[in-house]
Amino acid sequence: MRTAGDPAGTAGTTAKRETARGARTEESGVKVEEKLYHNRFVVDAGRPHVKVKPHDMPSEALLALTRICPAGCYALNDKGQVEVTPDGCMECGTCRIVCADTGDIEWNYPRGGFGILFKFG
Amino acid sequence: MVEERFDAIVVGAGPAGNAAAYTMAKEGLKVLQLERGEYPGSKNVQGAILYADALEKLIANFREDAPLERHVIEQRLWMLDDRSYTGMHYRSDDFNEEKPNRYTIIRAQFDKWFSQKVREAGATVICETTVKDLIRNTKGRVIGVQTDREEGTVMADVVVLAEGVNGLVGQRAGLREELKPDTVALAVKEMHFLPSDVIEARFNLKGDEGVVIEAMGTVTSGMTGTAFLYTNQESISVGIGCLVCDFKESGEAPYALLEKFKAHPAIRPLLEGSEVKEYAAHLIPEGGYDAIPELYGDGWVIVGDAGQFVNAAHREGSNLAMTTGRIAGETIVRLKRTRQDFTAAELSLYAKRLEESFVLKDLKKYRRLPGFLHGNKERLFGLYPQLLSKAAQTWLRVDGTDKRAKEKEIWAAFRQSRGLKGLLGDAYRLARAWR
Repeated sequence: MRTAGDPAGTAGTTAKRETARGARTEESGVKVEEKLYHNRFVVDAGRPHVKVKPHDMPSEALLALTRICPAGCYALNDKGQVEVTPDGCMECGTCRIVCADTGDIEWNYPRGGFGILFKFG
Repeated sequence: MVEERFDAIVVGAGPAGNAAAYTMAKEGLKVLQLERGEYPGSKNVQGAILYADALEKLIANFREDAPLERHVIEQRLWMLDDRSYTGMHYRSDDFNEEKPNRYTIIRAQFDKWFSQKVREAGATVICETTVKDLIRNTKGRVIGVQTDREEGTVMADVVVLAEGVNGLVGQRAGLREELKPDTVALAVKEMHFLPSDVIEARFNLKGDEGVVIEAMGTVTSGMTGTAFLYTNQESISVGIGCLVCDFKESGEAPYALLEKFKAHPAIRPLLEGSEVKEYAAHLIPEGGYDAIPELYGDGWVIVGDAGQFVNAAHREGSNLAMTTGRIAGETIVRLKRTRQDFTAAELSLYAKRLEESFVLKDLKKYRRLPGFLHGNKERLFGLYPQLLSKAAQTWLRVDGTDKRAKEKEIWAAFRQSRGLKGLLGDAYRLARAWR
C-alpha cells in the first residue's frame, strides 16, 4: 500500500541525503509503519488528498517534512525530490502549515468518509 | 442533498460543534450538523480529560450514560531530565465525590455519545460529508455551505464553524488567517491497553479512580512542549507534543520523541506489557489570546479549536470548546427569538458573552505565556529540569558532606549555569507571564 522509498539501497552521496523515513528509522529504532499498522484507514484510491507540486530541488520546508511528518508520508526519491504517499496520513495538517508560505503542497481533506478513522482518538 | 433550509448549520461534530448544535436544537431551532468522518469522533483526537462543569451546563445528568473512563483523584506534574523526574503530586479523597470534577475519556466513544444527544435534541446530523466552502450573497453575507455531496448546497440563516484547529473552510473563505508554526503544536499519542486491575495496582487506584501525569523537560529535546500519561479504564493514553516551528527547526521525528518518552525510566514501568491499539496525531492551538481570530461576521461564528480556544497553561481545551459552542448556540437562539438577522453587529453578543466568561478571562490572563515558553525553551525544557534534578540528588544523597556545603554546591550550580541576573530575570518574566 505504501511506498517506503529506498531506505537501504541508496548509495554514495544520495545515501547521506536520504534523511527520510529510512535513515530516521535506523537512527531512532522506531518504525512508523509499525505504528500506523494499528490504525484504520479508508484509502480513496487514485485520489490523494495531499500533493507535492513538481520541483527540481526541494525547499527547506519541504525537506523538513521528510523528518517531521508524524506518519512518515514524505520521502526523498532518487532524484532528490520530495514525494508524498498520503495513505497513512492522520490529517493533522502539520505539512500544510509548514509549507503554507512556500506553496509546495496542495492539501485538502479526503472526501467525506475516507482517510483516517480513529477508533479511540 | 437536502432541499430544505435550516436555521443554523454547524460544521463539525467535536465538543464545540456538538455543544452548539445541542443548545440550538433543544430550543427548537432547525439545525443541520455536517461531519466529514464516518461517525462523529472518527477524525477527533484528544488526551483526553473531560471537565465536568462545561458539560454539566449542557447535559446536567451526563454521568448517567456518558462513556466516562476514570474520575481523576491524582494529578502529577513532572519535570524530567533523562534519568529522573522532580515531581509535584496532588491526590485527595475529596475528588471521590458524588459528582466528580474531572474524568478521563476516550474521544471516539465520547463524541459518539454526545452526537446521539444532539440527534435526540432534534438536530439533523449527516456524516461522511466534507464542507468545501461557504456560500455568500451579493453583499458578502454567509448564507449556506457547499459540501462534497452531489448537489451539495445547503442554506441557513447562520453557519457555526466548529471545524477544529486544522479547519480549512474558514481559512479558505478568508474569515481567519492561516495557522502559524509558532502558535500551533503537533502532538502524537498512543493507546496502550492493560487489564484494569493491573492499571489499578500500578497507580494505586481503586474502582474508577484515575491518575493523570503531565511532564515537561529534556524529553522534548529542547523544544517547547509537554508530554502526558492518562489512565483510562482498561488503557493508558500516552503522548507528547511540541510547537510545529520547533519540530521544523530540529527535524526530530514526532514518533521518535514519543518512543523516547515511553522509554524514560519513570514511564516505561507504567506501560510494561501493554498492547498498543492506535497511534494518533493532531494539532493543538497554543497561540493563546493573541492568536484568536475574528470570531463572528455577517451570518457566521467560530467556536472551539478553530477559534484557538485552548488554555495551554492549564491543559484545558475541550471545556473551552463546549463553552464557546454553548454560548454561540445560546446567542443564536436569542437572536432567532427576537427575529434578528444574524448580522455581525448582532452576533457580536457572542464575543461579548465570551469576554464575561472564564474563556476569554483566562486566555487574556496568560496572553504572555506562549511567548515566554517559546522564548526561553532551552532553559525551561533543558537547563532547569536538569538543575532541579541535580539539586534534589545533591540534597538527598547521604555521603559524609555537610549540609552547608551541599547548599553551596546547589546554589553554585544554578549561578554557574545561569548567573544571578539570569535567574532573577527568568523569575520575573515567569511571574509577568503568569499574572
